[in-house]
Amino acid sequence: MADLFEEYRLGPGWDEMFSEPGMPRETYEALHATLQPLSSAELGIRAEVLARAFLDQGITFALKGVERPFPLDIVPRIIAAAEWRQVERGVAQRIRALEAFLADVYGAGQVLADGVVPRRIIATSAHFLRAAAGINPPNGVRIHVAGVDLIRDEQGMFRVLEDNVRIPSGVSYVMENRRAMAQVLPEVFAASRILPVESYPAMLLRALRAAAPVGVNDPTVVVLSPGVYNSAYFEHALIAREMGVELVEGRDLVCVGNDVAMRTTAGEQRVDVIYRRIDDDFLDPVHFRADSVIGVAGLINAARAGRVTIANAVGNGVADDKLLYTYVPDLIRYYLNEEPLLPNVDTYRLDDPGVLDDVLPRLDQLVLKPVDGAGGAGIVIGSQASSVELHDVREKILANPRGWVAQREVKLSMVPTLIGNRLRGRHVDLRPFAVNDGEKIWVLPGGLTRVALPEGALVVNSSQGGGSKDTWVLASPDDLTPFEVPHLPAAPEPLPAAASPDLGPGASGGEEQEQQQQQGRLSC
Amino acid sequence: MLSRIAESLYWIGRYVERAEDTARILDVHLQRMLADPWTREDAACRSLLAVMGMPTTDGPFTSARVVGLLGLDDRNPSSVVGALAAARENARGSRETVSSEMWECLNSTWHGLPNARRRVEQQGVHAFFRWVRERCAVMAGLTDATMSRDEGWLFLVLGRSVERVDMTARLLRTHERAGGSIPSWMTLLRSSGAWETFLRTYRGALDDRHAAEFLLLDRLFPRSVFAALSTAESCLSDLEPDPGRAGVATDAQRIVGRARTNLEFRGADELIGDLSPVLASLEKTCSQVNAAVSRRYFRQTTAVNWVRGAVA
Repeated sequence: MADLFEEYRLGPGWDEMFSEPGMPRETYEALHATLQPLSSAELGIRAEVLARAFLDQGITFALKGVERPFPLDIVPRIIAAAEWRQVERGVAQRIRALEAFLADVYGAGQVLADGVVPRRIIATSAHFLRAAAGINPPNGVRIHVAGVDLIRDEQGMFRVLEDNVRIPSGVSYVMENRRAMAQVLPEVFAASRILPVESYPAMLLRALRAAAPVGVNDPTVVVLSPGVYNSAYFEHALIAREMGVELVEGRDLVCVGNDVAMRTTAGEQRVDVIYRRIDDDFLDPVHFRADSVIGVAGLINAARAGRVTIANAVGNGVADDKLLYTYVPDLIRYYLNEEPLLPNVDTYRLDDPGVLDDVLPRLDQLVLKPVDGAGGAGIVIGSQASSVELHDVREKILANPRGWVAQREVKLSMVPTLIGNRLRGRHVDLRPFAVNDGEKIWVLPGGLTRVALPEGALVVNSSQGGGSKDTWVLASPDDLTPFEVPHLPAAPEPLPAAASPDLGPGASGGEEQEQQQQQGRLSC
Repeated sequence: MLSRIAESLYWIGRYVERAEDTARILDVHLQRMLADPWTREDAACRSLLAVMGMPTTDGPFTSARVVGLLGLDDRNPSSVVGALAAARENARGSRETVSSEMWECLNSTWHGLPNARRRVEQQGVHAFFRWVRERCAVMAGLTDATMSRDEGWLFLVLGRSVERVDMTARLLRTHERAGGSIPSWMTLLRSSGAWETFLRTYRGALDDRHAAEFLLLDRLFPRSVFAALSTAESCLSDLEPDPGRAGVATDAQRIVGRARTNLEFRGADELIGDLSPVLASLEKTCSQVNAAVSRRYFRQTTAVNWVRGAVA
């Protein structure tokens, strides 16, 4: 029998499963023991079932207009309870600081006056929207949903790679990955106790309802999607379905006199909270791109008038600008008077001429990122780039130093991944999702682990052909039972059996006699 | 229509529905057991077995054992495999009445059953349950498309509806027995394929009242107890073209009608406060209807045993 782990080599980064060759870490022991005896043929069959299940259910990611399945790797990624607690607290802390920052820059601007963040950074940010100034969200929340991208560095420490506080996507894969894994590989679950992820839609709905305009007791929530051609349309539909709310497109909504309504068979019905999955630029042709056909004219004014809540708030992009990212640790100290729990990756601010001169000669050792890029677009990894690419990026940086940051190249941690019929180490990141209902920031236990499938590749984005892994957060004994998760009482009472079901003909064998009869006749 | 044929059709309806519902219930409950770190496997399995009317004396139980008992045991006509085999057996005895497409569907499903165990081992138990659900759906579709709406159809739909009432009541008992919190309403709603419709109907407001109301009383969802009882009732009244001048003609109609009005004209709050006796009486109703229908339509002579020498 071929060994799945045959010729498995530890990579340059932190290996999540093995501390040294053949020696699994404690968190992975149970999983390793389950996988070890499986033959590659057995695992291959399961992987096929898994892939087909995803295709059948339409769990796809549209890439350049072509719908393709989002590959789910069969080996899960595991995070121990104590590690997770650290991540959870760190993410929540970051969101609190960014909320305070957004309220500040779209309000009094104290942080700019105090010089913690230079005013020019805000003024030159493409996502600082003057139209959003003075819009005060009803419960003070601007970041209803956040996805914070984390990586593990060479020492195994979690670091923040970037914040996503506009419209982070990927949470549907977290839920679907878990469902598919439980269906296809139930054996591997048996040995571990894993925190469930299915309460996400309920938590999100609760946060959205909590954000309703003042005076609305039973708010109508909708999900606003650009339409079926959007790459994340599958996710929009899933979230709307699991929350039991309408999935609307721009043309379904109408805004009159600062009231937003949806067109239904029963006439226009007022909408109170819009969970929008459309970029700021396209949201309202009155204020932003006039050529947008997927937005709703008048939405921003309605939000300003406090008649509708837009989640996430308009203008959040200023907080996940990659140059502002370098100031987030300072923001945490400034607003919360706390030390950051999750450190950043070392990043160089290229708009500082001194730093720029220092960085330019060694572009080939750094990672270069456009500040407003999303989905891994435009990222240049110095060590893997050709000299032509390096030359191009150098020109771009010189032309617009504010538009770029440089980061140390971190060797992302690795997890065994099924490649062909063997397990091989591949680089992963982690995007936990946080939901803010105004009272508490709740972090979904799990998050999306994306994996770069080509050997040695460091860009994990799904739009760059990455795959994903089910992410398990192990339960610790003192975990409280979360929201709406069933559990058994300490000592279940013995249950009297119900009557067994009625039985009809065809259940028991009455047919022998008939057969005998026939045989009898034959022998006559 | 021959009584024997009518009985077969009635039981085809019941067994196919039983196979489908059991597959749904097992699928969802087993997945919950895995995905939920707070479940105690043994206790959860016991409660499931107890509700399905299986003995729970010789523990400990694991999910694999539950799959064996309720899913793959071909000697037990209440298991998924057993119910499908029994449905096919009934169709075999009434091949001249059921359409050949229906027969073929049941027969090919039956031929697929020996592979069930292997399918479970190779592709996981979910793949097997999904296959069962699909086969049952094909059967329902062919029934709908190829049967004329005559007496035979009425018996088949009657059987299906009675079984549905029974299974939904049992499902609700898993909740009620465990003292209200376990397994969650979400699991129950998923088990009856009602989760998404429920969410849309109540816009995500998941609480005891709404969930119980939905599964017991919803007029529009075809798997609710009320909808199934109403269907059964209309089948029964169509079977008796002449209702006479007062009341209803048959015992079965009386029993079903009483159960239906008992749900319909009591408020949801009252029903939920009194859930345990309500469910117990529903279960009894199903057995009584079964007995009444058998007496009225499937009159069978008990086999006569001739004794040598007694007739001189």
